[in-house]
Amino acid sequence: MSSVSTAPAPRKRRGGARGGEAVAGWLFTLPAILIIGVFLIAPIALALWVSFTDWNGRNSPLFNDSVDVVGLENYAAITTDDSLTRELFGRSIRNTVYFVLFVVPLQTALALFLAVQVNRRLLKGKGFFRTAFYFPSVTSSIAITGVFLFLFAATGVVNRVLGALSVDGPNWFADPRGIFHILFRSTAAPPGLDSPGFLGVTPWEWMAGPSVAMVVIITMVIFTTSGTFMLLFLAGLQNIGAEVGEAAVMDGAGPIRTFFSVTLPMLRPTLFTVLTLGLIGTWQVFDQIYLTRGTPAAPTLSSPAYLAFNQAFENNEPGIAAAIAFVLFLIIIAMTLIQRLVLGERDESGMGKRRKGRDRKAPLLADGAVRLEAGPQSTTGGGLT
Amino acid sequence: MKERVSGGLIVGYVILVILALVYIYPFVIAVSGSFKTDAEANGDPMSLIPQTFTYAAYERLFTGDLPLWAANSAFITIVVTVFRVFFDSLAGYALSRLKFRGRGFVFAVFIAVLAVPSVVLMIPRFLVIKELGLYDTYGGMIIPLLATAAGVFIMKQFFDSIPVSIEEAARIDGAGVFRTFWSVTLPMASPALITLTILSFQGSWNEFGHFVISRQSPELHTLTTGVGSLVSGALGSGTQFPLKLAAAVLMTIPVAIVFFIFQKRIMSTTEGAEKG
Repeated sequence: MSSVSTAPAPRKRRGGARGGEAVAGWLFTLPAILIIGVFLIAPIALALWVSFTDWNGRNSPLFNDSVDVVGLENYAAITTDDSLTRELFGRSIRNTVYFVLFVVPLQTALALFLAVQVNRRLLKGKGFFRTAFYFPSVTSSIAITGVFLFLFAATGVVNRVLGALSVDGPNWFADPRGIFHILFRSTAAPPGLDSPGFLGVTPWEWMAGPSVAMVVIITMVIFTTSGTFMLLFLAGLQNIGAEVGEAAVMDGAGPIRTFFSVTLPMLRPTLFTVLTLGLIGTWQVFDQIYLTRGTPAAPTLSSPAYLAFNQAFENNEPGIAAAIAFVLFLIIIAMTLIQRLVLGERDESGMGKRRKGRDRKAPLLADGAVRLEAGPQSTTGGGLT
Repeated sequence: MKERVSGGLIVGYVILVILALVYIYPFVIAVSGSFKTDAEANGDPMSLIPQTFTYAAYERLFTGDLPLWAANSAFITIVVTVFRVFFDSLAGYALSRLKFRGRGFVFAVFIAVLAVPSVVLMIPRFLVIKELGLYDTYGGMIIPLLATAAGVFIMKQFFDSIPVSIEEAARIDGAGVFRTFWSVTLPMASPALITLTILSFQGSWNEFGHFVISRQSPELHTLTTGVGSLVSGALGSGTQFPLKLAAAVLMTIPVAIVFFIFQKRIMSTTEGAEKG
């Protein structure tokens, strides 16, 4: 991201006013620098320190004789120690891996589909459809979670609809069973898969898939974020313009072929942005998990972000909470790097085009991040809160 | 050829209409459920028209703590939005227009900060707020939200796209830096200002995580944390759905109004993508 071009348009400068301009420059940026410095950069430094101490949350972690430096102990507690904390952390990672694996591809595909549909030139009522699909993106995650708890109650709307189709709906929020386990009718761990494995979680549990309860959270998040990403794709489609696709259709390519071999490759910068924001956002899932912490299947929903909160506020283990926050940060960085490698910035078409693509991406990233921040997935982009 | 196109269009319509219904239905059912009795919301959640129409849920909310939560939310949202838009445009203007030593570095730091995920920051920020003695105060809830790197970035991008010639004329006429910024450049940036205002309003109205870690007193509940405590309480028992739905409906109304007024601008997709 630091590769963004910062050079403003060159302009003529008159002498004299320069000294005043320098003072004004610092005065103008001072409020933002102070707030971002004190509440964004200082917290990172303080949390890093706390993550290396055994501070119990009482008094101050600084200049406090009863606080000892314990090195990497807090990190060991969640990764290598044979402890309950590690098991909780392992489970939160397992839950979130499946959450990300399901949400990111599904929301991206759905958003792309919606964008292509509402971008059709001949479509009547474009405005209505765009509004309908985007509205969930401006509502609060709290309101949406409240509504989904109602929809997915044991005898709620969803199960009535399923009942009408003679399907016996599960008791969604009370069902901790993994959907892969259900699919393969596996009710107990077979021997060999039942001993604690990676991060203290058994291989059988690692392979469980998202729990039935998590499926509801997955559905809810896709419902609320697809509209935002639809708008990003729509911007990308409008940048391409209709002519390109029409030219391909004239050349005899069908609409589906045109989409996959012409439109999609040209949407690549947008796709990259959407996947990046999706990955960053989903790994941080918190609101929905916090709100459902009292449900019977809550252990199959917990995420690292929720566990960090839980350790700091309910377990008086701010050191462990800070360590979890940093591990989560590392995971997010690793994920975006891997995604960058896989999807690649492999623009073979020369520097000129590459630069253009990049210049367009940074504003799009900021735009998308602000939008997500404003909506129910209040989990993206640090500078935004 | 023509037939195939229109056939595809009809299939597209059908799919779109079904999807639109799926997207709208939860909101409709929430509104109708909020006017039902507890028993009816449980026994007959599907029906759109309540058999016994009751305001009981709303009455309970309005005579309870909800007005206090709403007042807190409104107060915090207004303060945060006003200052955020002001601070972000000040900094964005300086980074776009004013030459000063260290400008490149400041901008680089803002960009780097953009990459720090906000949820990762929740616990670290709680530590700092507590250290500064701001925990469980309006100050701790409001001050950290007053400026955002993304907002600075958006404003800088926009100022970059406005020609400098007009403000140079103002400067020649002897207007100071702030005067020029305030009465010449800022009015020209009104599209970006409006966008930033709307997004800041929605962002702070819907903010949840920060208010979970920066306060604990019930008197400081915002709508998000207050309704959140309603929503997460007594789950699974299937009781009091109308109350939860009514609270969800009420807290959605302000953002819905802003959304429908500024719909065009909020959904204008070229805003962020074309600049630069």
